[in-house]
Amino acid sequence: MKPTDVNDPEYFHRVVDCQYACPAHTPVPEYIRLIAAQRYTDAYMVNWESNVFPGVLGRTCDRPCEPACRRGRVEEEPVAICRLKRVAADNKANIQDRLPVIPKKKNGKRIALVGAGPASLTVARDLMPLGYNIDLFDEQPAGGGFMRSQIPAFRLPESVLNEEVDTILDMGVVSHFTHYVDSLKALLEQSDYDAVFVGSGAPMGRDIDISGREAADANIHIGINWLASVAFGHVQAVGRRVLVLGGGNTAMDCCRTARRLGGEDVRVVVRSPFEEMKASPWEKEDAQQEGIPIYDNHVPKAFLVEDGKLVGMRFEKVKAVYEDAKRQLIPTGEPPVDMACDDVLVAIGQQNAFPWIERDIGLEFDQWQLPVVDKDTFQSTLPNVFFGGDAAFGPENVITAVAHGHQAAISIDLFCRGEPVTQRPPPGVTLVSQKMGIHEWSYDNQIEDDARYRVPHANLDQALSDRSLEVELGFDAETAFHEAQRCLNCDAQTVFTEKLCIECDACLDICPTSCLSFVVNDDEESALRQKLRMPANNPDQAIYVSDNLATGRAMVKDENVCLHCGLCAERCPTAAWDMQQFYYSVSKAGEEAQP
Amino acid sequence: MTYLRPSFRHPEQPINELGFTRKDYEGALSTLCAGCGHDSISAAIVQACFELSIAPHKVAKLSGIGCSSKTPTYFLGNSHGFNSVHGRMPSVATGANLANRDLIYVGVSGDGDSASIGMGQFTHAVRRNVNMMYVVENNGCYGLTKGQDSATADVGSASKKGEPNPFEAIDLASIALQLGASFVARSFSGDREQLVPLIKAAISHRGFAFIDVISPCVTFNNNPASTKGYEYVRDHLAATGTVDYVPFKQEISTSYAEGESKAVTLHDGSVVQLRKADPELDLNSRRSALRLIKDYRAKEQILTGLLYMDEDSQDLHEIIGTSKTPLQALTEAELCPGQKVLDKLNDSLR
Repeated sequence: MKPTDVNDPEYFHRVVDCQYACPAHTPVPEYIRLIAAQRYTDAYMVNWESNVFPGVLGRTCDRPCEPACRRGRVEEEPVAICRLKRVAADNKANIQDRLPVIPKKKNGKRIALVGAGPASLTVARDLMPLGYNIDLFDEQPAGGGFMRSQIPAFRLPESVLNEEVDTILDMGVVSHFTHYVDSLKALLEQSDYDAVFVGSGAPMGRDIDISGREAADANIHIGINWLASVAFGHVQAVGRRVLVLGGGNTAMDCCRTARRLGGEDVRVVVRSPFEEMKASPWEKEDAQQEGIPIYDNHVPKAFLVEDGKLVGMRFEKVKAVYEDAKRQLIPTGEPPVDMACDDVLVAIGQQNAFPWIERDIGLEFDQWQLPVVDKDTFQSTLPNVFFGGDAAFGPENVITAVAHGHQAAISIDLFCRGEPVTQRPPPGVTLVSQKMGIHEWSYDNQIEDDARYRVPHANLDQALSDRSLEVELGFDAETAFHEAQRCLNCDAQTVFTEKLCIECDACLDICPTSCLSFVVNDDEESALRQKLRMPANNPDQAIYVSDNLATGRAMVKDENVCLHCGLCAERCPTAAWDMQQFYYSVSKAGEEAQP
Repeated sequence: MTYLRPSFRHPEQPINELGFTRKDYEGALSTLCAGCGHDSISAAIVQACFELSIAPHKVAKLSGIGCSSKTPTYFLGNSHGFNSVHGRMPSVATGANLANRDLIYVGVSGDGDSASIGMGQFTHAVRRNVNMMYVVENNGCYGLTKGQDSATADVGSASKKGEPNPFEAIDLASIALQLGASFVARSFSGDREQLVPLIKAAISHRGFAFIDVISPCVTFNNNPASTKGYEYVRDHLAATGTVDYVPFKQEISTSYAEGESKAVTLHDGSVVQLRKADPELDLNSRRSALRLIKDYRAKEQILTGLLYMDEDSQDLHEIIGTSKTPLQALTEAELCPGQKVLDKLNDSLR
């Protein structure tokens, strides 16, 4: 194998598993260290630069970082990254003096944002400091998009959302709320916008078409619409017995909201097996803790109606059968199951809908009626129209919408400056030695054994009686410190310099997880992986291969379970190993492209 | 500086016959200089004991004074240990071995501890064929007192900032051969492929098993003018062959042509197989070993590997005919059998 090129920013980026897994590539270990140092405002700003809504995401993020966390591969559970982020948001000081300066003199370019969700707000956040004039349109009376309409207040207090949305609106965004854009053609023709960004989300909840649907219509509600009605105060009660159809996070929000609006017997009924439900494990757990049973392997067959009123639902019991990685739900043949209910909430998915975009204006749609959008530039086939968030490629999550927003902002800026949108600025990368003394590092390299700390919850009775009482209480400063200490500092990279190595084996002997080997190189990566002291069996994790050393062997490191404890560098007599902090920041609008 | 080793290990780490992982054979985190050869020897001992599935409580580690003699703290943390007076480890080991013949004795010493202050002790443990593994971590200098030349430093070898050594070197392997050691080997701390099977064979051997391990002192004696630095040793290394240690239960799968290979069956049924690199070597001949050591030295080469072994050797207990039951396990009734027995004994002497 060729020696690894550690100057390629993507190599070490992959080693920082959490940051790599995050769609917005937030530098997680960096802000966790700041939290441990009680520098909450600094930690908040590292987040804010990258993901714009630390307070919101610290409560509601889908946390792709946590399953990726290296800690989860050496012990039971990953670092509670998401909840640490919340600690930064909860404890920060005023950030006004740290926000970017908005130029008084504008650059003369005007941008329209359709939808006031996380994608659009991110575009505004990146373009306002560059001097753009921005108009923001949304049919709702306040900004935030589905962060406001679909995430219940007991998971995300309104004050937290308002603060982070207002930080962006206060940059001078001209907002037009309760203003539904009903024609893109009109928006493009009647106004002189230089570019339009569509961040209108995936606003249509899927319905279910089974017997009794029409007759029972008064008591059947589409989940996301119902949640929005609750959020804006239009719905304040629900029946005593409620069935929630669906197994995603929306279903979890629906059932928990129903419990707070008077639902006493609330049940979630889902077609798939429990393990395969789309909802995050912790959301399922939270629902169950509130006394909501989850019935899996039940396929809805009919709404039962008596005297024109919904009285219950009929389900067929199924079991999952797997063939060639394809799942089929086969009826078990057991008698159908009837469940009595007063209301049904349908949360079986949502779809994009663009009834307001004319099909004859040159904007191409594909066979699924989704706009054709470039995966990297977020540009549509109309060069001045960009998409992002759920509107671009279908329903995802807040952090993905933010990542889209950053990239779309780069494209819009390039487009408005008349430069090709494909010439994107490179990521910002630094790699700096952390050596402070002979055996001393600038980061805390001691590995703590603590198991993951649990976030305390509010009293259940109180939580169920108050729709807007936040259930999770967040870590206190001390617990946050201990949880932060669980972080392995994966951005402290082990950097190897061949010409300094005297092959004394000290690193090999000290490495607690046997990551290091000195072996004769091999042409085949798969063969080399098997030759190591501990075979490198995780193909998702890179191996770091050095040039040949004096004895003809190469140093090969399996990145998989490296604890980044720095002992290899500490025991190295010649500093052939060094711990160097790798900082990777995703490029932003306004940064220069590589010459 | 880190004083605690992280407790996490590779999730797929192997388990030996006793259900232990390598971690169960580790000791405290080393406080020796970074890059010290001694740490590699400690790691090799850990590896060998893990692979032999030795119960840690069946091992006694003994040492004297010096950098080498600190190392028993850094391996086999669950075993017995005795850090004795400078150079006196052989006496303590002999005494401990006589008291409890059931333990495995691992003596760790250095070139100062064995070739200077403890020379007289060392020689007598050798000639008594005490059943133990005796490892000398040989760096040719007194590392703990700023690197003065030791008695094993070669003539003309110079340590960092030192003058070339004017005195003849003591070769402990040759002395062990002359005094009747029943297992003699030499190795290099930077060659774990050779060192681990040698340690396994030495531990399994009954009798005095001596391994002289060249172990560079990175701080004081790893410079171009030294003959005990990593670079010099690697450049001048020669081996008697490759040693494989095959445990009793395992079948020997490889076969070699006559003359190239020698298989020696130990008293416990395990087999030490040597694939010879030099056909001149006769593993059962002290004279052959002594001559080869000299020949290679004349070529400015360091001969490593297994040099000599007598698989049928009688250890101290057999020579003096002690009780098969360890002395420490004998009860008062057996040790003081009473007046009748005493009278009988006295009568037999009249």
